[in-house]
Amino acid sequence: MKLSKKILSIFLLAFLLVAVITSANVFAKERIILATTTSTDNTGLLAVLLPPFEEKFNVEVHIIAVGTGRALELGRNGDADVVLVHAREQELEFVEQGYGVNRLDVMYNDFVVLGPKSDPAGVASASSVLEAFKKIAENKSVFISRGDNSGTHVKELDIWALAGITPEGNWYRAVGQGMGASINIADQSGGYILSDRGTYLSYKDQTDLVIVFQGDELLFNPYGIMAVNPELHPHVKFDLAMELVNYFVSEEAIEIINSFLVAGEQLFFTYND
Amino acid sequence: MDYIVRAVIQAVQLITSFDDSVISIASLSIRVSLTSTLIASLIGIPIGFILGTCKFRGRSLLTSILNTLLSIPTVVVGLAVYSVISRRGPLGELGLLFTPTAIIIGQTILALPIISALTMNATRDMDRVLWNTAVSLGSSRVQAAILLLKHARFAIVGAVIAGFGRVVAEVGASMMLGGNIANYTRTLTTAISLETSKGDFSFAIALGIILLLVSFSVNLGVYFFQQWTRRASIKTGERYS
Repeated sequence: MKLSKKILSIFLLAFLLVAVITSANVFAKERIILATTTSTDNTGLLAVLLPPFEEKFNVEVHIIAVGTGRALELGRNGDADVVLVHAREQELEFVEQGYGVNRLDVMYNDFVVLGPKSDPAGVASASSVLEAFKKIAENKSVFISRGDNSGTHVKELDIWALAGITPEGNWYRAVGQGMGASINIADQSGGYILSDRGTYLSYKDQTDLVIVFQGDELLFNPYGIMAVNPELHPHVKFDLAMELVNYFVSEEAIEIINSFLVAGEQLFFTYND
Repeated sequence: MDYIVRAVIQAVQLITSFDDSVISIASLSIRVSLTSTLIASLIGIPIGFILGTCKFRGRSLLTSILNTLLSIPTVVVGLAVYSVISRRGPLGELGLLFTPTAIIIGQTILALPIISALTMNATRDMDRVLWNTAVSLGSSRVQAAILLLKHARFAIVGAVIAGFGRVVAEVGASMMLGGNIANYTRTLTTAISLETSKGDFSFAIALGIILLLVSFSVNLGVYFFQQWTRRASIKTGERYS
């Protein structure tokens, strides 16, 4: 009896040890970390764009999908190798301060103002996005703000500032969540929200919100990619990072980006097509 | 109402078809949580045993600290570990952030207080007579300690299960430390959180059902293990209170 118990416990320990070791093996694979925004990952673009690169260079691209502010912070701290975001001023600052190198414009789409079909603030009749935002504020209609320092949040704050409005009060709700989650909240609370077109299109089937305003020059939404500066962070995989940055503007990638459709509509546009 | 039913049906289909991504997510979750529970048990059971059976100065203070740690929020543990293993942190050179190892570290810290505290409770109220008898009959202190642990084993197994239950179900630390990377650090809970935010409720519900199934099978396994050892011990004439 004593013996069989000993054998049993040895078996158990061995089993657990194997479990530990096999999970340790997974850690050893070569990888490169791409910090990016929820709008590029949740739409499914990266899932079709990255595999050819991964195959060619025999590497795994690990995507951390967060807001633009957080993605740039990961780059500053050296916790990512490449950053793909959409907030041009912050990107330029990131490069100017020496955190990033070789910044390239990758693609663009635009922001849209979403709202309930009934459009209580009458945003649809606005002639500019500034007027649209003014109407929402005057009407004190519920407005859902990302409130997470993401590219979309930064753009939204820019628009408020240009409209000369300090959004505050019960109607202005900063939720601190990703684009999709925020759209859900706006939907549930019958509010307005600023969204990138890509995320809206991929959520179209799951929300009752509609585009109530679009087409203003201010709503242009460009994406930029850059490598983390190896002089600041010697551990980053700079060579691979540069290959990835260049891949994003290669003919192969441009082809994939332009032919990427969701619900029959093109989500992202490259510059030279 | 209709869409909840549809979501549940789709969830069952996903599970029964052994969808690749579902399997990879579930197996990572189980592996990571088992590993951290194992490490936490190896450290936590001795700590709990010492706190439960030995009398020394500062014991009540340590007990209070341990009980406080029971309610530590997972995101706080996540944040603390994050700041240590980020490239800017003291252990940044190891490059642990956004790896399964990072999740294991966070989960081990989360499971440790529960396992220690429950082991402490299990051994504290045990009969001193047992210890005294064992020692007076010539057992060494280590032998006597093993005897006590054997008597408390059901409660200790319960402590380990409680620890596993906490870590397999937590999302805060896993999200922050693992980064929710597909096929690498995406666990059941971080995937549920992602799919919910993407509006894909059926996938989220499927993963939720799997999470419950995992917990259920672990508990079932432990139940049979206990039955088996109990029967074995009755056969050999050992008696347990």
